[in-house]
Amino acid sequence: MAQTQARLITLEEGLFAAFLVVLAFACLIVAGKTYDQVMAFHAMLGAFVAAGSVFVIFKNYFDDGGIPIPQEINGKPNYNMAPVKFGVVAAMFWGISGFTVGLIIASQLAWPALNFDLPWTNFGRLRPLHTSAVIFAFGGNVLIATSMYVVQRTCRVRMPGSVLPWFVIIGYNVFIVIAGTGYLLGATQSKEYAEPEWYADLWLTIVWVAYLLLFLGTLWKRKEPHIYVANWFYLAFIVTIAMLHLVNNATIPVTVYGTKSYIVWSGVQDAMVQWWYGHNAVGFFLTAGFLAIMYYFVPKRAERPVYSYRLSIVHFWALIFLYIWAGPHHLHYTALPQWASTLGATFSIILWMPSWGGMINGLMTLSGAWDKLRTDPVLRMMVVSVAFYGMSTFEGPLMSLRSVNSLSHYTDWTIGHVHSGALGWVGYISFGALYCLVPWLWNKKNLYSLKLVNWHFWLSTLGIVLYITSMWVSGIMQGLMWRAYDALGFLEYSFIETVEAMYPFYVIRALGGALFVLGAVIMAYNLWMTVRHGEAEEAEASAAGHLAAAE
Amino acid sequence: MSDNHKPELDQISGVETTGHEWDGLKELNNPLPRWWLYTFYACIVWAIGYWVVYPSWPMVSSYATGVLGDSQRANALAAYDAGIAERAGIGDQLVAASFEDIRTTPNLLEFASANGRAAFGDNCAPCHGSGAIGSPGYPNLQDDNWIWGGTVDDIHTTLLYGIRSDHDEARFGDMPAFGTDELLTREEISQVASYVASKTGLEPEEGVDLAAGETLYVDNCAACHGEDLKGMIEVGAPNLTSATYLYGKSVDAIKAQIYSPRNGVMPAWEARLDPATIKSLAVYVHSFGGGQ
Repeated sequence: MAQTQARLITLEEGLFAAFLVVLAFACLIVAGKTYDQVMAFHAMLGAFVAAGSVFVIFKNYFDDGGIPIPQEINGKPNYNMAPVKFGVVAAMFWGISGFTVGLIIASQLAWPALNFDLPWTNFGRLRPLHTSAVIFAFGGNVLIATSMYVVQRTCRVRMPGSVLPWFVIIGYNVFIVIAGTGYLLGATQSKEYAEPEWYADLWLTIVWVAYLLLFLGTLWKRKEPHIYVANWFYLAFIVTIAMLHLVNNATIPVTVYGTKSYIVWSGVQDAMVQWWYGHNAVGFFLTAGFLAIMYYFVPKRAERPVYSYRLSIVHFWALIFLYIWAGPHHLHYTALPQWASTLGATFSIILWMPSWGGMINGLMTLSGAWDKLRTDPVLRMMVVSVAFYGMSTFEGPLMSLRSVNSLSHYTDWTIGHVHSGALGWVGYISFGALYCLVPWLWNKKNLYSLKLVNWHFWLSTLGIVLYITSMWVSGIMQGLMWRAYDALGFLEYSFIETVEAMYPFYVIRALGGALFVLGAVIMAYNLWMTVRHGEAEEAEASAAGHLAAAE
Repeated sequence: MSDNHKPELDQISGVETTGHEWDGLKELNNPLPRWWLYTFYACIVWAIGYWVVYPSWPMVSSYATGVLGDSQRANALAAYDAGIAERAGIGDQLVAASFEDIRTTPNLLEFASANGRAAFGDNCAPCHGSGAIGSPGYPNLQDDNWIWGGTVDDIHTTLLYGIRSDHDEARFGDMPAFGTDELLTREEISQVASYVASKTGLEPEEGVDLAAGETLYVDNCAACHGEDLKGMIEVGAPNLTSATYLYGKSVDAIKAQIYSPRNGVMPAWEARLDPATIKSLAVYVHSFGGGQ
């Protein structure tokens, strides 16, 4: 399809430009009529970004003389990697920001003076900033960037559209900025992991539908007869997150000129919808999405075939079918009916093996290549990630049992459990993917320094171990102190005594977090130096699958 | 490469691939690990067993209750009722008994102390501190300096009705705002503050007329705080000769309190805690050693 004649502006470009013009004017009207300062700020931001994007669309059209981008060059797919590069840089930026905010709130719990008595730096506002920054900003950018990379390469085709991929990656990051600044300024709908207000949700819905179309469009155009397993997981992640997002954010704004909205669900139904969302955000964002990353990057880096095709099919469908039932285990011993709570717990137990199917397929793919763990710290990071995945998907079903949950719920044990999954599994598989991607995307022979990857690995592993163990001890101690009675049946400890007892563990946790942040800073430096000073790869060499030589 | 659909043999594992290939990635045709599959089945069987025994699946208008008939709501209510019943006897005795009876009856005293300790931690400690030594504005309950009286009955009354609370029976002391209401000039406030300081072991301000301060004290303060500065429990006027002051012991702090006094509030607990618990708190607080 190598047309060279100048073209009119495409339908895609025209529609996006028209949409963005309308959006810019809508934002201007809202900004003009609102009484709400946060809304005014966000509407102005929206107007600027939309207007700027229209300008960029037309500038690009005039700059390239209207010549369409070739789908293939010399018979090889002309992959669209610039949006992927953008996502990689954004992921690294949000990662360090999100980890740092995490370190700040961990320190605030140990030393409350660090709240500084200011509304913007209060724990209550920084905590959703941390969770959203690490899950949605860091994790989300890693997922979108890797999915764009993986789906193109495993379908052997360029992503459809010229504006569409940019709309997805930039639109998603605009959502992040609106959500994050909203938290700091006090705009929240107070639903855990779904804090952004109605207008941010609406924007994310538009971006997400565009993302789904982009992904499906690439699959539709594919040059391979089959769809690779990683793409099943990416698609499950995209579709399910869309469904979860729409149902849990069904709100009615007080006015379109204000940030405040009210949720349509009420009481225990709202709680159930919230945790159906919350648990499946873990299941489909943090598990299915990152399993997709594992299914591409682990075999690629190890240069080994995936262990079992059959296992990947069975555990995929089992995981997809079972995860969606497990949400009620977040609401044991509440107003939620007992039948819903037990049903959720039993499905969590059934979910144990389907979760472990991913771990088995990841680890066993290494058979025949275990020696590479000694020489390749990137592969080691991904393998340790899969091990953490196995650990937290064992701990999760255990904690979902009502008797265990009566001790663990509301304690730091939950925080420790979440972070063994978040720092260990999601963090490490993302780091591994980014360490692989940067040399591939920027055509470098290998990373600037494997020694620095080693430092990153050991510092952050030590950090994770300190984090998890201190939260286990603190959480179990907290749970036991809460339920300790004296001989006459009175509570043994007052609440404040349990808080006081957690202080040393909060300090250890903050130390662990500091090591994790330090590791990420080393990583950012290493990636920066790889892009700036890495040895260039010859243009035609296969961009994937080569191992950096051991030092 | 994609056209090649032939499975090939992986040299390292000796297992065939599926013949698919994407971007250099292949898949081995390994069967499901047996232990994995059987553990999966076992989990499903366990879950089915659990559904039979416990409440689980929703029905049209009800739910499957399970063969054990277990109900977390019924269990919680039964445990609550049992706890109430277990304590009811001794709680009633405690409410009926005089403080002297409680002091001399070991099981009542033990119960009141344990109940008081537990209730103190969650209700009183936020202001008075876990160790009950207070902080500026929140009285120390360990010392023998009692603004509204330190007998067990006084403490009980304070607990029931509070101080300057919204309860009709609340203890109510009202120190006039001599500065903000322009009852005294700044110079006069300095004089009377220095006079009080000189009587309680503090260094008075330099060059201040103490004799004038004494006259002002007698005219404005002695009615409540007494000519001997020892205060008056009936109106909650603190003893000014004591070693500690509620809002800090210094000439500046005294001046501030005369100029624009802070009249702190203690809530009334009558409507928040049951009578046995309030009585237990009185016994517990009285036992700190400072009680009279």
